[in-house]
Amino acid sequence: MAFESFNEFIAMGGHAPYVWAAWGVTGGLLVAVVLHARAERRLLLRNLQRRVRREERLVANQGEMAGISHQTGGNRHDT
Amino acid sequence: MWAFINKLRSPKWFYAISARLQPWFWAAALILIVIGSVWGLAFAPADYQQGNSFRIIYVHVPAAFLAQSIFVSMAIAGVVFMVWKIKIADMAAAMMAPLGAAMTFIALFSGAVWGVPTWGTWWMWDARLTSMLILLFLYLGVIALRGAFTSRDSASRAASVLAMVGVINIPIIKYSVDWWYTLHQPASFTITGRAAMPLEMWAPLLIMVLGFYCFFIALTLMRTRSEILRRESNKRWVRDLAGGER
Repeated sequence: MAFESFNEFIAMGGHAPYVWAAWGVTGGLLVAVVLHARAERRLLLRNLQRRVRREERLVANQGEMAGISHQTGGNRHDT
Repeated sequence: MWAFINKLRSPKWFYAISARLQPWFWAAALILIVIGSVWGLAFAPADYQQGNSFRIIYVHVPAAFLAQSIFVSMAIAGVVFMVWKIKIADMAAAMMAPLGAAMTFIALFSGAVWGVPTWGTWWMWDARLTSMLILLFLYLGVIALRGAFTSRDSASRAASVLAMVGVINIPIIKYSVDWWYTLHQPASFTITGRAAMPLEMWAPLLIMVLGFYCFFIALTLMRTRSEILRRESNKRWVRDLAGGER
């Protein structure tokens, strides 16, 4: 240990504002960068899921429509 | 060899391999940065001239190393993209730029804060400081240029060219302390020569530098995977991911 007590460690031999400002900004930015990357990934996955689900629904709807038109077509043939 | 390079081109392969590599780099970054911080802040001896303000070195030097390495990586990725049309290189380059800008900012800020007790001034228009400031503007330029095009391909090519041209600034930063008179001290580390510091001082610095590099690799892997989701969202395999992955 380079310091006798915790208070001395915080005081940094009178250089506390410089040392803690530099370390604080660095630590803060590193954490912010990680949080941003995590939020970005979550958002993209959510958007992707939403899009895939919407398109699946669209395909399913089209399938139904095709089925109906096929039926009506069939009916027409019957008459 | 060619088979390997062809695999590298494939975002699908990259997405799979990076998922396996990523946790190792995150773990290494966390462990190294925690050890380096505790050692550097509390255990390394105070400098006989600068006292405890020298402990800023443990964030200043790793950030400055990364700031330069990331720009070189971006320039190399730019060449790979322009010559071989490998999209994944461009995706990685795009994801690196903001971290590079952040690291340059940290290097400048911690340097300015360190300058007050050490040099008696927070800024000097000398070669090292000015060339570092130019690096920050180059990063901001690359980021802005990417946003300035509606066509992704034009944006990628413009950003690649700026990175390739701007990399000339890196040797200028490196040798600025030798070429011009400057307040900034010469390199603390050399690969060949003896370190200018005792072991108890440079060991935590080395650990911090390695930790920062691992952080850079981990973050770039993570964000490049996100970029794949963004750019390749029409591909079959990406859409299949939407079901399973969280």
